[in-house]
Amino acid sequence: MFTLVSQVAVITLGNILARALMKTFRGKSVVRLLILMPWAAPISLATLGWLWIFDSTFSVINWVLKVVGWLGPGQWYYWLGDTTLGMIAIITIHVWRMLPFSTVILLAGLTSIPQEVHEAADIDGAGPFAKAFQVTLPMMLPILTVAVLFGVVFTFTDMSVVYLLTRGGPYNSTHVLASLAYQDGVLGGDVGRGAAVAIFLVPVLVVMAILMLRASRRAEVA
Amino acid sequence: MPRSSVRRVATALGHRLIILGFTAFAVFPFYWMVVTTFKQNSDLYVGAANTAHNPFIFNRPPTLEHLQTLFEQTLYLTWLVNTLLVGALVVAITLLLAVPAGYSLARLTGRWGERLSIGIFLTYLIPSTLLVHSRSRAWSRSSGFRTPCGPWSSSTRPSPCPSAPGSSWASSSRCPRRSRSRPWSTAAAGRLRSGAMVLPLAVPGILTVVIFALTLVVQEFVYSLTFISSVQRMTVSVGVPVALIRGDVYYWGSLMAACVITSLPLAILYNFFLDRFIAGFTVGAVQ
Repeated sequence: MFTLVSQVAVITLGNILARALMKTFRGKSVVRLLILMPWAAPISLATLGWLWIFDSTFSVINWVLKVVGWLGPGQWYYWLGDTTLGMIAIITIHVWRMLPFSTVILLAGLTSIPQEVHEAADIDGAGPFAKAFQVTLPMMLPILTVAVLFGVVFTFTDMSVVYLLTRGGPYNSTHVLASLAYQDGVLGGDVGRGAAVAIFLVPVLVVMAILMLRASRRAEVA
Repeated sequence: MPRSSVRRVATALGHRLIILGFTAFAVFPFYWMVVTTFKQNSDLYVGAANTAHNPFIFNRPPTLEHLQTLFEQTLYLTWLVNTLLVGALVVAITLLLAVPAGYSLARLTGRWGERLSIGIFLTYLIPSTLLVHSRSRAWSRSSGFRTPCGPWSSSTRPSPCPSAPGSSWASSSRCPRRSRSRPWSTAAAGRLRSGAMVLPLAVPGILTVVIFALTLVVQEFVYSLTFISSVQRMTVSVGVPVALIRGDVYYWGSLMAACVITSLPLAILYNFFLDRFIAGFTVGAVQ
């Protein structure tokens, strides 16, 4: 679920950001550097930064929510002590981390579409939706596959975010397979169980990856 | 004001807002780290319930005590050196494996080439925790951990596993097709092609490999956490949380200082080589 939700968010937001970055504007190189920072930062250290932001006592998010009146007297968000809030926190970090990578890849895909193709679609009377779904999307399919596959790989196989942020808690409700495998296999000493947990979803992912890579190759050839 | 002008202004405003929103989302954690690094403890540890205290600004004069703690009371510089050493070794081993592998894959046309490329990529779908399981017992039986270089070698050995497949993939897509398909027949011509033609043309792919492998090493967490117990031999990503989180006590100022100091040079390095990196990653898909 973490992988699915964060990937949908990453691809959607990455598309919006990539389209915005396609335009020329003052300070574009600085914006690019700033947007790229989450991807370049070591994930374990970046997660510590988020841990401080989501701290139960000193959370700056809670301070802002208090100031704007969202949280009334006696109300408080324990970001890492509540199942739903904990999941939101983990997904937020994955989206924050993967968004720059997807954006620059999608940006490369968008800029590779020749202007003549858009002009031909305009002449044929295609509207914005028809252009998006019948011209841009099919031509972006191979690069979209690269973005999604690497996003899935980095999100699915990562355990550091969960390990440092919630340790799988509260009540093991925010564990991902990688962190559960580490807990059972390495910390718990049950190597067989840990290995079984780790490879549980691999067959599904393998089939999905093969289908996506084949489809993207076909689109590339066509 | 004519309708077209209003529309133009609204579009420009919307564009600025989108850029501003995404930039704020990306940068805020780093801003928060910088502010935390230089804040006095009395300015830092004020509960968020106190709305009269603005946490975004310095309510007291900035201090360097957290940086002092980081550099004088932890082995931060040693961890940085360890990380760079492991990174350099991994990059070297990865290049040694990935460049010939990528070149061979690029020349292997037909179904088998495609199948092997997909097969190499699929190794990424196996969580690294599984690789840890298989090695942890074997290496714990060996004396590797007790030698001075043992922990370094233990974190170097698995690292090419995650970096090499992706690197082969990236470098195979960067081997120029035209030079691959020319009918060279003699050994001398083959050597000439490899040295003089293919390597210079594959530079973006090789650069991608270097940056990709270095990033994976710096980001790597689970191998270092599992295999290295000596604090002196740790890499940055594990040393910082292990040394600066003591039980329930978090040294937030020093932790955030370590995060900022480690992240900024990497971000600048990435930005410098970004175009080549993206070209190396996506050329197969966009060409």
